Amino acid sequence: MIRLTAITRVFRMGDQEVRALNGINLEIASGEYVSIMGPSGSGKSTLLNVIGLLDQPDGGRYELDGSDVTDLSETERARVRREKIGFVFQSFHLVPRLTAAENIELPLMLEGIAPTERKSRVDAALDAFDLKDRARHRPAELSGGQRQRVAIARATILRPTALLADEPTGNLDHRIGAEVMELLEGLHHAGTTLIVVTHDRELGARAHRHIAMRDGEIVADEK
Amino acid sequence: MNLRDTLTLSFQTVVSYRTRSLLIVLAMALGVAAVVVLTALGDGARRYVVGQFSSLGTNLVFVLPGRAETSGGFPGAALGQTPRDLTLEDARFIAHLPQVKRMAPLNVGVAELTSGGRLREVTVLGSTSELLPIRHMRLSQGSFLAHGSERSAQIVLGSTLAHEFFPDGEPVGQRIRLGDSRFLVSGVLAPQGESMGFNSDEIVIIPIDYAQELFNTQSLFRILIEARSRTDIEPAKAAISHVLKQRHDGEEDVTVITQDAILATFDRILRALTLGVAGIAAISLAVAGILVMNVMLVAVAQRTSEIGLLKALGAPAADIRRLFFAEALWLSLAGGAIGYALGNAGAWMIRLAYPQLPAWPPDWASVAGVATALLTGVVASLLPAARAARLDPVLALSGK
Repeated sequence: MIRLTAITRVFRMGDQEVRALNGINLEIASGEYVSIMGPSGSGKSTLLNVIGLLDQPDGGRYELDGSDVTDLSETERARVRREKIGFVFQSFHLVPRLTAAENIELPLMLEGIAPTERKSRVDAALDAFDLKDRARHRPAELSGGQRQRVAIARATILRPTALLADEPTGNLDHRIGAEVMELLEGLHHAGTTLIVVTHDRELGARAHRHIAMRDGEIVADEK
Repeated sequence: MNLRDTLTLSFQTVVSYRTRSLLIVLAMALGVAAVVVLTALGDGARRYVVGQFSSLGTNLVFVLPGRAETSGGFPGAALGQTPRDLTLEDARFIAHLPQVKRMAPLNVGVAELTSGGRLREVTVLGSTSELLPIRHMRLSQGSFLAHGSERSAQIVLGSTLAHEFFPDGEPVGQRIRLGDSRFLVSGVLAPQGESMGFNSDEIVIIPIDYAQELFNTQSLFRILIEARSRTDIEPAKAAISHVLKQRHDGEEDVTVITQDAILATFDRILRALTLGVAGIAAISLAVAGILVMNVMLVAVAQRTSEIGLLKALGAPAADIRRLFFAEALWLSLAGGAIGYALGNAGAWMIRLAYPQLPAWPPDWASVAGVATALLTGVVASLLPAARAARLDPVLALSGK
């Protein structure tokens, strides 16, 4: 469960202060499917980064699965990210030197899991995401849809409680985008919390809960 | 992330940036190779000189007329005396000292050698039969100056001279004219080539009495002494000084030096030289270290979004620091290893080209060269690795 209380995040641009998040109160239960929408600069990506512990709020309180994670050290936040959060990015963020299988293996390596177990888990993931015949290919040799499938496999390999997707279909054509969304929704059906940031209305409408943001504040929250 | 995965992942990175890695490894390798080759040259020169000097003889002590050091005014001068020559009589006294195994007095000069219409100027050594064993000389034909036959007009020819004057190859027993006297060729020296800038193939050796007569002198050029053993060298030196001082009315007007002392001096000078060139070569290693730092800083800038991704995946700062650290380690390790191999190959080629020069790189230099490469590489990666680890994950992900 994610609980944000009075979260603020302020960026300084020259001598001007930009309040990217201005007193956000938000509760997302485990297993929810939420879309966050809003125009550029409304703070939706910042909110996602705060939820994913990539960014630290300047004020307020953040509870994740019942424990306060507001003031954790960088090392502890890295551990929480590894164990509880999976990120899916618009630009996939695959390591170009590594094969599909090696990219999926990265979080297992960071977690310090033994090579034999890593191999069986990566094989299972390749199977589940229909990437078996692409295992030895590097990102440059994969199509956009395949790249995003690798990225999703990597984000979910450690079975996080929350999957955070920032414009996951932004770099994909409509048909492939729909396939990727079905994949993410499949993971949601299996019990993962799914939070999608987008400004694509059609995409946002697929979620079960719609949050709208403007100028760092939540202006609408409908189920 | 465990150590093995860190090393594997960073190795993959090094391999995938092929051109960059090859260039940096090359720079490192050239630095290490320079250290190895230059110290091999320096140490080879040292061994060559020391070897040459040792081949002059063993446990040698030399006596030279005149003081090598400035001392108080010569007191005898007031009484109308002059410093004494080093004479054959002095040499005979030295020969009777218990620490002395052998002794050979030496006179050197230049005279004209003529035979069968051929003529040339040669260096003439005047000595006794003991010169052969003391100087470790060898004969190729005939015999040396016979013992106790100082008064017979014998001559020993250097191998080149023997060949030039007697091309038919039978010099022994022939007559040859040196200066105004005729000599009987008793033997020919084996070819030895140049040694300490002195070509023994182009000299002649005659009995000391004839030499002193030829050059019209009573004073010896040197006395060569071989001590009975290594431990007798210093006592022999003291005893010789003592005897000569007594014979010269209490005047220390000769210089006694040992082969060991000269050897030690050469050794010291050439060791310092080797260290010096090693130091110069090490500068290139420091430059390679700066190159590593530069390359790693560029790598951090290039891979900013990748670092962001690793952070998003939950890599702690320490993991990222170690990854870049390991990358530099691989580069310098490869550079060190290849440089070591390259340097040894270079030293081998020097030995092939100059077989008389024992150009083996000393162990300390190889170890120091490779260790410096590793150290500079690792130190140079500290700053870039720290910079990578400090990156803000959100900014890094967007490639800023």
